[in-house]
Amino acid sequence: MHRGPRLWAAALAVYAFLYVPIAIIIAYSFNDSRLNAEWVGFTWHWYKVLLHDHDMLVAAGNSLFIALVSSLVATVLGTMAGIAIQRYNFTLLNFMVLMPVAMPEILLGVSLLLFFIQVLNLTLGMLSIVLAHITFSIGFVAVIVRARLAGLDESIFEAARDLGASPWETFRYVTFPLILPGVIAGGLMAFTLSIDDFVITFFTAGVGLSTLPLHIYSMIKIAVTPEVNAISTLLILLTLTMIALASKFTSNALLKKP
Amino acid sequence: MAQLEIRNVTRCFGDLIAVDNVSLNVEAGEFFTLLGPSGCGKTTLLRMIAGFDLPDSGQILLDGKDLANIPAEKRPIHTVFQSYALFPHMTVAENISFPLRMARRSKAEINKMLHVALEQVHLTDKASAYPHELSGGQNQRVALARGLVNRPLLLLLDEPLGALDAKLRQEMQIDLINLQREVGITFVFVTHAQVEALALSHRIAVMDQGKIVQVDEPAKLYSFPKTRFVADFIGHINQFEAQVVKPSHGHLCLAISGLGEIIAPPLEGVVAGDKGVFAIRPEQVRISAHSELTELKNHFSGVVHDLLYRGEVSLYKVKLANGAMNEALLPNSAPGRAELFEVGDTVNLGWRHDAGIFFHD
Ligand SMILES: Nc1ncnc2c1ncn2[C@@H]1O[C@H](COP(=O)(O)OP(=O)(O)O)[C@@H](O)[C@H]1O
Ligand SMILES: [Mg+2]
Repeated sequence: MHRGPRLWAAALAVYAFLYVPIAIIIAYSFNDSRLNAEWVGFTWHWYKVLLHDHDMLVAAGNSLFIALVSSLVATVLGTMAGIAIQRYNFTLLNFMVLMPVAMPEILLGVSLLLFFIQVLNLTLGMLSIVLAHITFSIGFVAVIVRARLAGLDESIFEAARDLGASPWETFRYVTFPLILPGVIAGGLMAFTLSIDDFVITFFTAGVGLSTLPLHIYSMIKIAVTPEVNAISTLLILLTLTMIALASKFTSNALLKKP
Repeated sequence: MAQLEIRNVTRCFGDLIAVDNVSLNVEAGEFFTLLGPSGCGKTTLLRMIAGFDLPDSGQILLDGKDLANIPAEKRPIHTVFQSYALFPHMTVAENISFPLRMARRSKAEINKMLHVALEQVHLTDKASAYPHELSGGQNQRVALARGLVNRPLLLLLDEPLGALDAKLRQEMQIDLINLQREVGITFVFVTHAQVEALALSHRIAVMDQGKIVQVDEPAKLYSFPKTRFVADFIGHINQFEAQVVKPSHGHLCLAISGLGEIIAPPLEGVVAGDKGVFAIRPEQVRISAHSELTELKNHFSGVVHDLLYRGEVSLYKVKLANGAMNEALLPNSAPGRAELFEVGDTVNLGWRHDAGIFFHD
């Protein structure tokens, strides 16, 4: 009982620490002033500036393209990996797929950079970024798909075969419909991770190609204009939507019932 | 020719021999049961018949054809799993018509067969429900209908009633017998519950540690078990260490240490001095007040040690002069419990000279 107020105060402090900066960024994106200093008045101005900023639009386009392609590929590969891990209970494969999830990003960034340049002899650019994003996304998709499979009675797959379904038909009519929520949740997760990734992209982008996070970083090296606030606000909005969608599918994915 | 022939099938997991040189014949239309304690290899044998697993050696033939190179999905054999294994994202109707769709049957045919199957298991009004909306008993019937709908030659059932409560279980047993008779499909039923096996089967194969110990009709299995294991596993049985005194024709004279001599049914091939176990079912033992039952050749006095009221019968555990426990069953045919004896009463036990069975060591 006595701990009540103190606990509340502590919780409030933590939440404030997390969300006040975000709230400020969002608020100042509507501020009618060049400086992030004092509130002057409401405006859409910085969003209009954004729409006419060519470099920003190119970077955003790159980011969307990379996120779309890498999340699609990672979803397919991650789904296959998740099924394989669950079915064959293959420890090494499990470890290899999940490793990028736990590995520090900087390590992954450096090792991918060396791999692309020294082993593949690849010119850094769109392809290298997409490959890098696929690499770190697969594990997340695999984990979610596998969790979905683990919640299912394994004998239903044998039952399908027993009742005359070929391996493909078993996948088509039984396995896939049941893991679909997990697949979608994994895909959304991969998209979100890709669109706001900075560290790994920084290492694998090379010169001349920019993504949204890289572009924002280069802008604030000069000055934090409210335009940065505006693009950050949009990015937050997109990320939140994706996370909300993903968590909706994840909670379905972790339930036994369809 | 038997419909299903299992010839010298063996399956090992590492050092463990899960199925040990099993040979069995199952006739067309038969309700055949594999009975044995859990871990004795029943599921392993069933999985080899279904095609999920292959024997290390031996053959499995269906209508004379070796199944070795036929994958599970191509065998005209369906399975009812213990967990039912219903597809959770499909309705009852979709679940039941799944094997028909996989067999590429026409729409009209599927509708007709689905309709018949739903009626057979009394689930017509649940056709569009999902498995999680049904009770355990209803899901059990969906699994049964799904297994039968495409008319397999053989239906395998792995402890299908295990998850149901006692009353529902009994109802399902009756449904199962009727359904099997109606469709005429051969059933291979697996259970560790001997009461269920006795009630349902045409024939029962008793398994122990991967081996088949006896195959017989239920009444024969119960009355004439070939080994002590079978006698003890099927129902309950009183056992006494005994030694043959005289194997005269027509009966066997046995000595039970501390009790005296008894007369038992004859057994081929024993000679005086052979040791073994005499076993007799509790319902064959009569219990009566002191000094009665003396017209029976085998009778002993003892003290009621325990009394278990079971509803339809009362079970008396009686301590005999040699310290051995002997159980006797008395039907409670009068209203209330027939309060004949209490713990501590001295009673007389007796049985006919043609009752019981001697197992030679
Ligand atoms: N895939 C397997 N790997 C190793 N051991 C197994 C496997 N399947 C079954 N066993 C073992 O084989 C024995 C028989 O199992 P099972 O056929 O399931 O028995 P039952 O169905 O009669 O209870 C058990 O000791 C079990 O542990
Ligand atoms: Mg079993």
